[in-house]
Amino acid sequence: MNPKPYSNIKATLAIAKASFRSILRSPSAVVFTLAFPLIFIIVFANIGGGGVTVDVGVAKTCDTISPVYQALRNTKVVHLVQDQSAEEMNTNLSKGSIDAILDIRKNNSKPPFTVNVEYTKASAEKGNILRSILSNIYYNINNSANVGTPPVAEIKETTIQGREYKYIDFILPGQLGFSLLSSGVFGTAFVFLSLRLTLVIKRFFATPVKRYSIVLGEAIARMAFSLLGALFIILVGHYMFGFTLVHGITTVLNMLVLSAIGLIIFMGFGFTVSGIAKNESTVPPLSNIITLPQFLLSGTFFSVTAFPKWLQTISYALPLTHLNNAMRKVAFEGAGLGDITHQLLILGVWFIIIYAVAIKTFKWE
Amino acid sequence: MHFYPMTKQPIITVKDLVKNYGDFAAVKGISFEVYEGEIFGLLGPNGAGKTTTLEIIETLRQKTSGSITVDGFDIESDTDSIKKRIGVQLQAAGYYPNLNLSELIVLFSGLYGVDKSPTEMLEKVALTDKAKAKYKDLSGGQKQRFSIATTLINNPRIIFLDEPTTGLDPQARRNLWDLIREIRDQGTTVVITTHYMDEAEVLCDRVAFVDGGYIIGIDTPDHFIDELVSSGFERKKQVKLANLEDVFINLTGKEWREG
Repeated sequence: MNPKPYSNIKATLAIAKASFRSILRSPSAVVFTLAFPLIFIIVFANIGGGGVTVDVGVAKTCDTISPVYQALRNTKVVHLVQDQSAEEMNTNLSKGSIDAILDIRKNNSKPPFTVNVEYTKASAEKGNILRSILSNIYYNINNSANVGTPPVAEIKETTIQGREYKYIDFILPGQLGFSLLSSGVFGTAFVFLSLRLTLVIKRFFATPVKRYSIVLGEAIARMAFSLLGALFIILVGHYMFGFTLVHGITTVLNMLVLSAIGLIIFMGFGFTVSGIAKNESTVPPLSNIITLPQFLLSGTFFSVTAFPKWLQTISYALPLTHLNNAMRKVAFEGAGLGDITHQLLILGVWFIIIYAVAIKTFKWE
Repeated sequence: MHFYPMTKQPIITVKDLVKNYGDFAAVKGISFEVYEGEIFGLLGPNGAGKTTTLEIIETLRQKTSGSITVDGFDIESDTDSIKKRIGVQLQAAGYYPNLNLSELIVLFSGLYGVDKSPTEMLEKVALTDKAKAKYKDLSGGQKQRFSIATTLINNPRIIFLDEPTTGLDPQARRNLWDLIREIRDQGTTVVITTHYMDEAEVLCDRVAFVDGGYIIGIDTPDHFIDELVSSGFERKKQVKLANLEDVFINLTGKEWREG
């Protein structure tokens, strides 16, 4: 007989180790936790990165030496399209895939240049942007030509020093939250359901292991895997896409603490799903009911403030919204955990609700 | 035939065991003893209450009434001590997904709180060459042998095998019988359920017949057969000196086939 006293810690760690190995070898876990968020980050960092561009077709007859043209060429927002025929340009303009056609003519009389711009109703907003850029250029050029005439009004512009809020700063915390959500809900639900259905848990019960060791071991493994995934996403975001980490390593640690809190809550949903689901094919629909609304409404891709009021009410009831907001405050504004008590409090309420439900619905066999 | 110790020490005592599932009585008051060092068979048709009885002794199910002691420990008050002393093979149980056999042995060593090397355990059931294989990729016989290996990790006093040979071919079955006898010969008591009477006849030292929630007979297979014969029973068909399974084994060879 074994002389050493039985160790619950050892048993828990044995389960954690087994579960961690199993997660690493499960393709769906790796895809949902790492690949999907990274793909979204790469896609959105590249298409969303610069914000707005106005595509301006340049007519073949356009004078490209004129100062107006040079000024437009130096404007970042304006993208000058020169490789289309006049006919192509006209069709594209009517479809709105180019926003305006520009034709600058040099005159032999005064004024020396006429700027002909053709806008389109198909892209009125971008047309307006171009209009104000052009009037700005027009003002500057005319001003420097007419030295001596006192201006009626004068604009004094100052830009305060601030951190540049890049799209990656918005998209990465959202993707991180999504990664934690899917790992917590899908991962936990699938693992516990399959352990129950294949009688693995029953076989465990024939050993001296305690029930809490089984849950704790699984939770430790998922936590380790998800936090490593989160760290990986943060580092890729920071070094490849310039994701802002205000206080460097402290910010990263704060984000990981938040990730852990989020994952614990999402695992509560997973436990509940595993208890309600009758077999493996009912797990995805049940999990989707939980993850999809949060995916769309919790500010993963677009800011919640862009929604109408009634929709915002729903958004602000969801845990992922508050995790995302907390994450953004920590990462971009440099908030500490003490500065996001409002979000933490709501997450705490969710924790109590979901674990109350999970304890009621969870099944061992 | 296995040689009994002079005094038959009961290692499991079941008294008036009753198990109800709601209105349905699965076990209706059964009593029996399992002696130390024997292979004890629980025989009976499906739904007779064999698995329920087994799982109550294994501490996996609550009894409705009755008393059970296992290796001197009471099933009610000493569940943990019993779990440390028994090895359990469940009917149709799976193993932790995505792990190979070595890793599963490491996991079970942790669950039992013992230090056992995977090689040592896999050697006992001749699966060392499958150490890196996944459980789901094993053949039926290999799966059962691996299951038995996991029951031996904690050096149990008793192991419980629930229909270990169901679905195996004749060679794999014989191979498993040899393994079970080996385990018994090393001093471990074996409690087994089966549907195959030929198996019970050659493997079990004693058997109990369970039907409709009752034990309707308990004795050595030899004694049961002698009793029936002396009551004037005769097989309708003249018994030949060999049967078709003997032909099968004779034609295909005794060697254990992998795959």
